[in-house]
Formats: sequence, C-alpha cells, structure tokens
Amino acid sequence: MQSGLEDQLALYQKRIPIFTRSVKGRFRRFKTAVLALAYAIYFLLPWLPWARPDAPSQAVLFDLPGRRFLIFGLTVYPQDVIWLALLLFIAAILLFFVTGLVGRAFCGYFCFQTLWTDFFIWIEHRVQGERPARVRLYRQPWDREKILKVAGTHVLWLLASFWTAITFAAYFSPVPQLVIDFFTGQAAAAAYITVTVLTLSTYAAAGLMREQICTYVCPYGRFQSVMYEAETLAVHYDAKRGEGTQGRAVVRAGRGIALERRKGGARGGDAPERRHIQLSNAERARAERQAQGYGDCVDCGLCVQVCPVGIDIRDGLQYKCISCGLCIDACNTIMDSFGFPRGLIRYDSEKNLASQTPLAPKLHWKRLKIIGYGVALILMTGYLGYSIATRSSFDRAVSQVRQPLYVVLSNGDIRNRYQVRITNKSGTATRYRITVRGVPVQALDLGNFEEIGIKPGHSGLVQASVRLSPNEAARIRQFELTITPVGRPGEARSERVRFDSPGHTS
Amino acid sequence: MSEQKLQSQTVQTTGHAWDGDLQEYNNPLPVWWVYTFYATVIFAIVYWTIYPSWPFGKGWLGGVADITYVNSDGETKTHSWNTRALLMEKLNAASVEQKPYFDKVASMSYEQIAKDPEMSGFIQSAGKALFSDNCAPCHQAGGQGKIGFFPNLTDDDWLYGGTYAKIHETLMEGRRGYMPTFGEVLAADQIDSLANYVASLSGIPHDAGKASAGNVLFHSETAACFYCHGGDAKGRKDIGAPNLTDNIWLWADVPGSDAAEGKIAAIRNVIAQGLNKGVMPVWAGRLSSEQIKVLTVYVHDLGGGQ
Repeated sequence: MQSGLEDQLALYQKRIPIFTRSVKGRFRRFKTAVLALAYAIYFLLPWLPWARPDAPSQAVLFDLPGRRFLIFGLTVYPQDVIWLALLLFIAAILLFFVTGLVGRAFCGYFCFQTLWTDFFIWIEHRVQGERPARVRLYRQPWDREKILKVAGTHVLWLLASFWTAITFAAYFSPVPQLVIDFFTGQAAAAAYITVTVLTLSTYAAAGLMREQICTYVCPYGRFQSVMYEAETLAVHYDAKRGEGTQGRAVVRAGRGIALERRKGGARGGDAPERRHIQLSNAERARAERQAQGYGDCVDCGLCVQVCPVGIDIRDGLQYKCISCGLCIDACNTIMDSFGFPRGLIRYDSEKNLASQTPLAPKLHWKRLKIIGYGVALILMTGYLGYSIATRSSFDRAVSQVRQPLYVVLSNGDIRNRYQVRITNKSGTATRYRITVRGVPVQALDLGNFEEIGIKPGHSGLVQASVRLSPNEAARIRQFELTITPVGRPGEARSERVRFDSPGHTS
Repeated sequence: MSEQKLQSQTVQTTGHAWDGDLQEYNNPLPVWWVYTFYATVIFAIVYWTIYPSWPFGKGWLGGVADITYVNSDGETKTHSWNTRALLMEKLNAASVEQKPYFDKVASMSYEQIAKDPEMSGFIQSAGKALFSDNCAPCHQAGGQGKIGFFPNLTDDDWLYGGTYAKIHETLMEGRRGYMPTFGEVLAADQIDSLANYVASLSGIPHDAGKASAGNVLFHSETAACFYCHGGDAKGRKDIGAPNLTDNIWLWADVPGSDAAEGKIAAIRNVIAQGLNKGVMPVWAGRLSSEQIKVLTVYVHDLGGGQ
C-alpha cells in the first residue's frame, strides 16, 4: 500500500537558489540590446501621442468600452478578429520556423519571462553585488546588512513590477489620465485589479520563480523538443574537443598554462610581435595538454555559474536550457585568456558534432520543414498585409428575416424582407446607398431610407424588402444587395442573399 | 521490500502503542489541502459579513452590503444585498438610460420617427422587445400570425386599416371580429355555392355554375353577405370585414391544401360555422402611451403599413 512513496516524495523539489555571475561577450551584448529595445517599446509606446479627430490621442490604445483597437492610423473593430487570429498563427509559425533553425532563440532572447528575469537579476546584482557577494549574503545570518540589501532588492522588484503593470493597463486606458486617476483613487476597479494581479504575478514570476516558470509552468519549454532536428543549431558543448581521451582537467603548470600570458595581463592592445609570442606559447601549452590526453575544457565551471537556469551545458542538450548563449560568452572569455581557440561551447548542430570531421557551424535552411514553415509564413504575412491594406471602410451584415421567410401579398406577389446593418469604420460620417442586382430595380423597397447617414464608429439598420411577382419569384432564387458609400463607388461591397417563395424554401 | 521495513522507513505513526505492538498510521492531510481549507473558512466568514447568510429570529442577517434602487413608484428603497434588489437596480438603470429615447418618441410625430435613422434603430430594438413580450404569443415572433387564429401583420392587408392612426387605435382600444354562423340558416348546397363564389373571387379553380348561384346568393337578402363584405366583396375596414378578392386568408386555411376541393372545403367551414374569436385585447392602461407609440411604428414597419 505504501509502495512508490519515495517516488512521490521526489515529485516536489525545493528550489535551489541560483546566483548567476555576470559575463561579457557577444551574446550578452545582444541580449542587452534586445532588452533595451523591448523595454523602450513596451514602456514608452503608451505615451506616444497620435492626433485623432474622434478618439483619444494615444498611438496605441485598446479601447474596450468603445469596442475598437486604435493602432496608429489603423482602427480595428471586433469584426476584424480574423486579423488577430492570423497574427497569432503567424507568431506560432515564426516560432516553429526560428526554433527549427536556431533552437529556442525565442526563449533565450525575446521571451518576456527571460527579459524580466534578466532585468530583475540585474537589479539584484546592483544591490547585492557579484555572485560571490550574493552567495555570502545568502549564507550569512539576518543581520542589518542582509536585511537592508534583501529588502532593498525586493522593494525595487516590486516597483519594477508595479510600473510594468501600470504600463500594461495604459494600453487599455488613456495615459496620463490613468496614472493620475490611479493615484487619486479615481480609476476604474478593473484598473486596480489588473495592476494588483500583474504586479504580484510579475514580482513572483521574475523575482521569485524565475527559471521554475520555464521548467515547470511554460508549455513551450516542453514541446520545443519536437521542433529540433539533427541539423538545428543549438547551444552545444563540443565534448570531443573539451574532454579529449582523459577528460577535462584544471589547468596547472605543464598542463596547458601560458605563464607569460597570465603575467601579461591586459589583452587587446598588445604589439603584433608580442601577440605572436603569446599565441605560440598558448599553442605549445595546448599541445602539451593534448599529448597528455586532456581536452580543452579547463573545468573552471564558469559556464555553470552564468547559467540563469542552473544547468551544466557540458551534460549535453537538455530541456531546461533556454539557449541564452551566456555560457558561450563565459567559455569564450576563458578560452581567450588561455589563448585557446574560441567555440568550445558554441552554436552547432548535433549532426555536425557527431560527424568524423566537424565543419564550421552554419545554418542549414534547405530542409523540408524549414522551407514549409517559411512558405507558410510568407503566405500568411502577405495575406494579412493584403487584408489590412484593402480593408473596407465599413462593415455590413445582411440577414434575411426568417419569421416569416416570405409573405404572400394581396395581389399574389411574394415579399422577402432583409435587415441590413452597416457599421461605419471610417473616421468620417458617411452616407450609404443600397441597390440590388438580379431583381428589377423597382422590386426593392427601402422605406424611408434610400440613403442612410451613419456617424463614425456607429452602425445603422435598414429594413429592405423585395417584392416579386409569382412568376419572377419562381425563377429568382437569389440576388445581390450592394452597399455603396456615397462618393466612394470603388468601395462598394455586394452580398448574395436568398429569395424564398412558396414551394421554394430550403 | 517487506511491509515491516517499509513502514518503519516511510510512514509515521501516532506514536502511541496499544497492547504492546498495535500502532496507528499517521497520514496527515497534504499541507496545501489544509491551508486551502483554512482559506475557505476565512472566505466564509467574510462572505457572511457582507452578504445575507444566517436565519436570525424571524428574519435573517442581512450583511453589511446593501443596494439602493428607485422602485416603479419612484420611491428610493435600500435593501440588504439580494438578487431581486440587484435586478431592480439594473432595471432602474436601464429605464433611466431609455428615458431620453422614449421622451423623444413622445415628442415626435410618427412620420418624423420613421424618417430618423437613429430613432428607427431604437424602434427596431425596443419595438422588438415589446412585441416579443406582449404581441408574439398570438401574432408569433415575426408577426407572421397563424391562419385560423391570428392575423398576419407582415402582409399588406389590414383588416381595420394600416395607417399609423388605425394601428394606434387597434392597440389602444382592441378589436372584436365576428361573423354569424350560417350553417343553421342556409342549406348545405347554398353554402357550397357561396364557397365556390368566394373561391372564384381569388382565382381558385371552382365550379362555374355553383359560383354564379353563389354570386346571386351573396348579394341576396337570404345570405346577406354583402352587408359586411360589401357589394364588390372587398370588405369593410370600419368593421374589420375582410377583403374576399385578394390572396390573403386569415380564417379559412386555403393555402393549407393543394387541391381546389380542399380550398373550397376550408371556405365552406368558415361560412357554416361563423366566427367569434377575432379578439384583440385592449392595451391602453397595460402599456404606457410611449410603448404603444413604439409598437405602432414597429408594427407599421413589419408590413410596410398604408
């Protein structure tokens, strides 16, 4: 009855705190650039003004009470939900495409969980210091210094979370009014609820849970493995080169240390001759190591210390790896300092690593999957662009009155009625004219509304009735209703509708 | 692994031994469950404080939340929170929102309302709701009526007239349609002749000989149909006598049968049995004058009016 209890106990593991060491390098610079760009867009976009005659002057505003989404010069209405669906499809395919090519690039560089965690770690680093200082602080008792530093970190995290939350709310309610209302207690209840929930969830996700979101919560982190192929570039440790035949080894004199290099200190500004000497020293040192069967990995552990998800990349490709490239930067720094070639940890494909003679890593895009995703991306993006560029300035819904489907009039004529709802999506008041094709012109009766004027963002309802003689009714089963904005005949849109008569309903 | 060994390793006991070796397992509830339970207890206490909860004496504990609304008599009432008061509050808010439109309806003429796109939209939605609540039980959801029972409001024939004024009159004062029973007065062959004549007026296949006899009978003092339906059989709107020469049938289910014989039989039935069920109730006093005005325009729109 109690068997399996041990397994159950192992299901939960208390979080082991990760103290990441900061690192410099190409990938760190790229990540910082992405972070700066993404934050600039996210935090500043709601404050960008955009003059509009009939709506708030905010460049991007999702006006939920007005049921419209104002995005620069474009106004999107709920009827255009197909665009949102397309956008989500495009995002999904883009994700598959990129992951197939270069692995979890989204996770490592663009995901908001990664960005916010990165920012929160940066705050932690600023307040509490570099990794050794943070580890020491973690281990020391709760004295004055620890309380001040830890509390300070959490206060800053909460402030960052709060501003993240209020910025999110600003996409739905015009700033700066929202910010003023928020602090004077005038904002809508929804604003307070949203800001509270988002503040707490941002604080929890980026401050407290961090990599646990990626490992335990995020579904994408789990299903990414099906998108990898042998040709996919991913962050890999070159085990053949790193381990040699005898495994990795810490550097000691006679096992690969370039003594002059260590004394030399600063790199970069050296004279060519000196660099030549250094390089040859390093090459000699490396040859000594290889002669002893040791690989190039000096087992410094820096790649583990910089890892934000706390894994050892040398154990191979693993599901926790978000492919942020920081271990590449760390390893390259070490390789440089010993004068060994870079790229012991690098972007490479499994296929290339496993081959007898590895080539320089390159992008393998000529694969059915990648080309398929690419074609789908181009088609969908093209269609979305086309659909937005050729959007109609009005929306129409024509519905036949179904109770009753038809009416027999006193002289035997058959009458069908239709409700035409026109929504004016343009920025100006417009008049619309309704005409028919496929039935005689005089058959259409629009009552008092030969033309209907509709204010921007509003909709109008027209009752159209069509009356046909029994002979015509027996022949005509459907026709077209055309709606034309007065003065803009090019934007006319037609709608096919049915005409029902006795014995001809279906 | 033996049961004994497993037990000693993994399962806590209550720590007490009976009869030397009898022990009880201690398997506490999961911590998350216990805390969730505590949370629900706290939630319940907060809930009882805010909302009505416990019976108390002859009443109940109302809770601190309350709802203020204006009832239909214009009195402001405050109640402890309950869903009925919530509904009253919402109805109140809705009627406050509708009021400007109903005021506009009251101040405008029928023609002005019909030509105003915004008011027309209001009539379509408010009228549909009023019609569904009050009229649809008889006249059906779309106003299509039911042959043999209730007139169709979507065609172009109006028993009592289809002008705004006449529709308004019908709604305010109601109507009562009546046709005498001829089965006891006329012989069966006379009724058959009359039915053939009436069929001939609408172009339904009929026996020409019977129809001409029916024609004579129709205009004679024996049957005296012309008193109500008129010499030309086109009916009289002042008393709601239907036009017999058109294609619209209310009482006799003529469209219901395909064969001419069935159509004539349906007419025969109505002549023989007469009618005493064309009753439209009085709506004055049951609906406000603005509501009746909205319905007048809505019904006028259904069939295009006159």
